[in-house]
Amino acid sequence: MGTAGTIIVVAIIALIVLYMIFTYNGLVRRKNQVEEAYRQIDVQLKRRYDLIPNLLEGVKRYFRQEQQVLEEITRARAEAMKPQSPREQAQSEARLSGAIGNLFAVAENYPELRSSRVLLDFQEELASTENKISFARQHYNDSVQEYNTKIQSFPAVIFARAMGFTEREYFEAEGPERESVTVSYD
Amino acid sequence: MSGAAEATFRERIAQNRRNSLLLFVTFLVFVLAFGYIIGYAWVGDPAGAFFGLVIAFFAGGLSGLLSYYAGDKMVLAASRARRIEHDDAPVLFNVVEEMAIAAGLPMPKVYVIDDSAPNAFATGRDPEHASVAVTSGLLEKLDRDELQGVIAHEMSHVRNLDIRYSMLVGILVGTTVLIADFFLRSLWWGGGRRRNDQGNGQLQLILMIIAIILAILAPIFARLLQLSISRQREYLADASAVELTRNPKGLADALEKIAKDQEPLEVANRATAHLYIVNPIKRFEKHSRSLFSTHPPIEERIRILRAMETGGVPQTGRDAG
Repeated sequence: MGTAGTIIVVAIIALIVLYMIFTYNGLVRRKNQVEEAYRQIDVQLKRRYDLIPNLLEGVKRYFRQEQQVLEEITRARAEAMKPQSPREQAQSEARLSGAIGNLFAVAENYPELRSSRVLLDFQEELASTENKISFARQHYNDSVQEYNTKIQSFPAVIFARAMGFTEREYFEAEGPERESVTVSYD
Repeated sequence: MSGAAEATFRERIAQNRRNSLLLFVTFLVFVLAFGYIIGYAWVGDPAGAFFGLVIAFFAGGLSGLLSYYAGDKMVLAASRARRIEHDDAPVLFNVVEEMAIAAGLPMPKVYVIDDSAPNAFATGRDPEHASVAVTSGLLEKLDRDELQGVIAHEMSHVRNLDIRYSMLVGILVGTTVLIADFFLRSLWWGGGRRRNDQGNGQLQLILMIIAIILAILAPIFARLLQLSISRQREYLADASAVELTRNPKGLADALEKIAKDQEPLEVANRATAHLYIVNPIKRFEKHSRSLFSTHPPIEERIRILRAMETGGVPQTGRDAG
């Protein structure tokens, strides 16, 4: 093996190193994307809770006779914001949704309230926030899929695990509570 | 998104980066060649040519940088778009936010154009500096799902970096036309002091003729370039929009409503027409399969979306995973 042979060997090693650097950086980027996507879900979930006090403030004068409707929402919100297991979380989220639904049902009895700005605005914000939650989850799953596919593909599969890249779990929809389940992913 | 779609959108980003650079280089070469020839023909010696070259370099470079960094502002100002915040149009703002989240992009600036013709476009140099503009007619005529489809289409252009290339095309094509036009007019005014020594005079004349031909051809080429870009990418943006909303019906219904509306959009012109989701200059729509159309036929786009609705549901991340 002469000089030419040495050059070829060095070149091949350099190429492999270069390839590993690119792959590593690609994996880091995708992993960060997954984490960012997960944070976005939390941001939107929190936003949903933040919406509620404003609504209650805006509608409370209509509900003098039906205080318990508002109290139930306040209670359910406080319950849902507590740290809890995913299953409990799903249940308390469902209770909160039910309480808010109840408010809209009661509002039907008050024509003035039904068509009021505060209620229509809240309806839009609530619907939009729920959309945002599910789009954030969709984006999270898209990012996870991209990331997992990258880790599982040859040749990254050889060294991805050794470098500390492991598959992430998808956000699974569970029946009707799909909108409100939180699953920890690692 | 499916693996294939992901590859497509990464490829599109790379392609748009490449094309933008290529476009800028071509533009600069044109301006330099033009500056050189005019300088020579005007003054009549190589020093004049050099002078022309230097001016062209600065003018070309400056307008290139200006197009890149301020092109979105120019396009928005030319379209008389006004910036809005959440409380000015909550539904629009929310829908844009939803689609930005679905695409995993930062929230773009949102603009409204006061015009009853329903239409929309996106512009900017990258997703961090993107703007989405819709007409007030679009807000009035579309329901929430339809609006979501349109915005998802625009966010796909943002994510694919189509916005950068089409913004540069709009501005640089406009600039090229302007330069050529300015030159041809200045000829009309009998500009230039021509030295009349023999030999050189003949060279001057030839160069002047080349410059005239260039000035006539450049706008035509520029226009063809503009026409060639936006057909394939409209189909692609429609498909990626469905990946974001998972709802082909919304966009299909929206396109149908927009197609039915025969009002022309006043603020759209030839330099900005290719940016819009549907060709704003309606009289071209009839001949939309021809070379001189900036958009694919809208019936075809609707047909493809309807097919997704009824069976060919695009793969989603959840299904594939």
